[in-house]
Amino acid sequence: MPEETHNSKRIDEATNTETMGHEWDGIEELNTPLPRWWLYTFYACIAFAVGYAVVYPSVPLLHEGTHGTFGWTSRGEYAAEQKAEAAQRAPMLAALAKTPIEDLPSKPELMRQAVAGGRAAFKVNCVQCHGAGAAGSVGYPNLNDDDWLWGGTLTDIQQTLTHGIRYPGDDQTRTSLMPSFGHDKILTPAQVQDAASFVRSLSGLEPKGAAAGRGAEIFATNCVACHGPEGKGGRQFGAPNLTDRIWLYGGSHEQVVGSITNAHAGVMPAWGQRLDPVTIKMLAAYVHSLGGGEAFAAPTPVAK
Amino acid sequence: MGILVSRAGLWLVLFLFCFIAMVAAQDSAFAIHMGICALAALIAMWHGVMRPDYARVARGQSALPPADTSLYDDDVIRWATIATVFWGMAGFLVGLIIALQLAFPDLNLEPWFNFGRMRPLHTSAVIFAFGGNALIGTSFYVVQRTCRARLAFPGLARFVFWGYQLFIVLAATGYLLGVTQGKEYAEPEWYVDLWLTVVWVAYLLVFAFTIVRRTEPHIYVANWFYLSFIITVAMLHLINNLAIPVSFLGARSISYFAGVQGAMVQWWYGHNAVGFFLTAGFLGMMYYFVPKQAQRPVYSYRLSIIHFWALIFLYIWAGPHHLHYTALPDWAQTLGMVFSIMLWMPSWGGMINGLMTLNGAWDRLRTDPILRMFVMSLAFYGMSTFEGPMMSVKTVNSLSHYTNWTIGHVHSGALGWNGMVTFGALYYMVPRLWNRPAMYSLRMVNWHFWCATLGIVFYAASMWVAGITQGLMWREYGADGYLVNSFADAVAAIHPMYVLRAFGGLLYLTGACFMTYNIWRTIAVGDQRDEKPLHNIDQNRDKDRPLIGQPVAVPAE
Repeated sequence: MPEETHNSKRIDEATNTETMGHEWDGIEELNTPLPRWWLYTFYACIAFAVGYAVVYPSVPLLHEGTHGTFGWTSRGEYAAEQKAEAAQRAPMLAALAKTPIEDLPSKPELMRQAVAGGRAAFKVNCVQCHGAGAAGSVGYPNLNDDDWLWGGTLTDIQQTLTHGIRYPGDDQTRTSLMPSFGHDKILTPAQVQDAASFVRSLSGLEPKGAAAGRGAEIFATNCVACHGPEGKGGRQFGAPNLTDRIWLYGGSHEQVVGSITNAHAGVMPAWGQRLDPVTIKMLAAYVHSLGGGEAFAAPTPVAK
Repeated sequence: MGILVSRAGLWLVLFLFCFIAMVAAQDSAFAIHMGICALAALIAMWHGVMRPDYARVARGQSALPPADTSLYDDDVIRWATIATVFWGMAGFLVGLIIALQLAFPDLNLEPWFNFGRMRPLHTSAVIFAFGGNALIGTSFYVVQRTCRARLAFPGLARFVFWGYQLFIVLAATGYLLGVTQGKEYAEPEWYVDLWLTVVWVAYLLVFAFTIVRRTEPHIYVANWFYLSFIITVAMLHLINNLAIPVSFLGARSISYFAGVQGAMVQWWYGHNAVGFFLTAGFLGMMYYFVPKQAQRPVYSYRLSIIHFWALIFLYIWAGPHHLHYTALPDWAQTLGMVFSIMLWMPSWGGMINGLMTLNGAWDRLRTDPILRMFVMSLAFYGMSTFEGPMMSVKTVNSLSHYTNWTIGHVHSGALGWNGMVTFGALYYMVPRLWNRPAMYSLRMVNWHFWCATLGIVFYAASMWVAGITQGLMWREYGADGYLVNSFADAVAAIHPMYVLRAFGGLLYLTGACFMTYNIWRTIAVGDQRDEKPLHNIDQNRDKDRPLIGQPVAVPAE
């Protein structure tokens, strides 16, 4: 054994501390005592740990863990918070439950609370398709505008929400089916092109030329039943208004040709099967409040 | 000669085994993996046949000229050093790519290069490939020098290195092919796990028997940490990866644990992968290279003992803090939290011992960029081992959990502590391993230091802001008692932070590029950059030798 690895305890000059007398590849160790602040903080952590373990459930026993001083459980805490939250909302929910949606506009305070609740429910249930800002995307309607497929009054929206659109398993679901004119050979490809030109000309996207002229005839025979003679759509079939520049599936010539060739039939779930009536009422109020909500038709004046 | 033939025969059998498995494979990923294994076995066989000096064998001598036993066995360490740099660059680059993918989702290239596959590629590349090679290399470097003995089982040590690289290649290609068992940091499937087990046992044998062969009476503290790292990782790996293959010819398996037990075992593993791979192992590195670079005695032997045992004992129970407010029973969550809090001081023991070792050498920080790297590493170690216990407190965790705060926390530890201490160790070892007077450029080490430090600041700060923003937005209730933000609102809010984080990653990668060039130049050319000199510590080459001809010492006491 080389000399320097044995009994070479010395006082280190820079720190005035004794070394341990060992050496490994030139590395020595000082015999510094544990720093007091370190040791006492360590003890304090241990003391805190023991105390915490007494107060909260911590020791696994044969069938279940210890319950701690106050019987605290994370599930219990959650349930208590939910209960308090529910109690706070209960009067509002009760009022909403017994108020028909038609009467909401006359109760501004209740309407405001319904819209707030609807906004939260929308973020959980609706943003996946309609987007966080309810602006929609291709195939999913924008809910901020006043262009409604199935109607934009509070009752219309409530109906759509409750029963969905083309949703299997709900008898009252809103339903309609546009034929796939190209795919099913009702129209020839050339006719589809012409029809698309006409449809686009309604909103000024294409000139009213020869193609659009031919398309007008095709439109008159095939499309007016749902989209109406002026192409302004029809809400009983959820048929879009073709004269505006709002396009659910895109307004380029190719996209319109695509829609006529292979018709779309978008589906929305019947939320009545998943959400309670009050939540649906709140959602309807929120969607209605986004900017495009329609007022109820003015009541017929009662004859005096 | 006999052993040569039987070794080559063993590789041949393995080759045939893998080849048959490849042909009979039930899925293409397994076939590709078995193909890679067959190729590896073929290379090993070819190497075993071509390497021996047959003229010597004919003369009845050993197949290879005897190694120079007056020097340490550093071949494997040199390879591991190069592998560390290589995998580090790969891992940092993939990290930057996935950071950009999060900020700009269009960069997800389906299916092989989407975030879901690239993310484990990044984590495994930096933890297991970069960190693992650094640990294997430095542990072999340190154990030989602090035991004054050459590596036990030199052949096995070489197997450890190449076997580990095969593990990395199988893991990395597996992720891109979509092979995963869905356990974080334990993604490789059953057959890769089995291979790693073989390699790891070999690693343990080489390391432990080198300690047994030591010519020093005591085992140096660095070796306690390395040994605890090797043993505990073996235990964690074996238990967390218990699984039943769906087919012995397919890549899929079903975990032995299910439900909340599965989650608990996974995070017992996951947390202790941090505790023993990234903490204990790297503390071993710290305990050798910091006193060597500072040329000062370790601050406190007593602190080493106490904080070692406290760390080892407490770390293993802290895993449940990854599962706060889940289906995990409350008692287990409580224990996870209190053990994490008790872990604070034992973790800091390592930081104190490292930093205070500079007593009497603090002035060198002005002139020694390598020492600066170690000190910054210890500072980040201290910061993240305070942050960890804090985040394990349930009240804090209810804000931080599932947010980018966690990402920021791991990266201040990984980039700051693990990265910096590894860079420092590489800069220390490279000139010594390749017989150079110094690194090509110490100034360049300094550039690396500043790029890395700034990169970490950008990274950690942006992720703290992003994490707290997310946590607050998720829990924000309006006056009417309803949630204010949707999930996507929080995603949009943190987009600028994602961009800043990617910038931090770019800085960190830039620093690593300086290192790669510097190390390459030192190894390949060996010249010195013409620059204003910085402090370079002397190498005492005469002392960098094993003690030979000494009897194996019986430990004192």
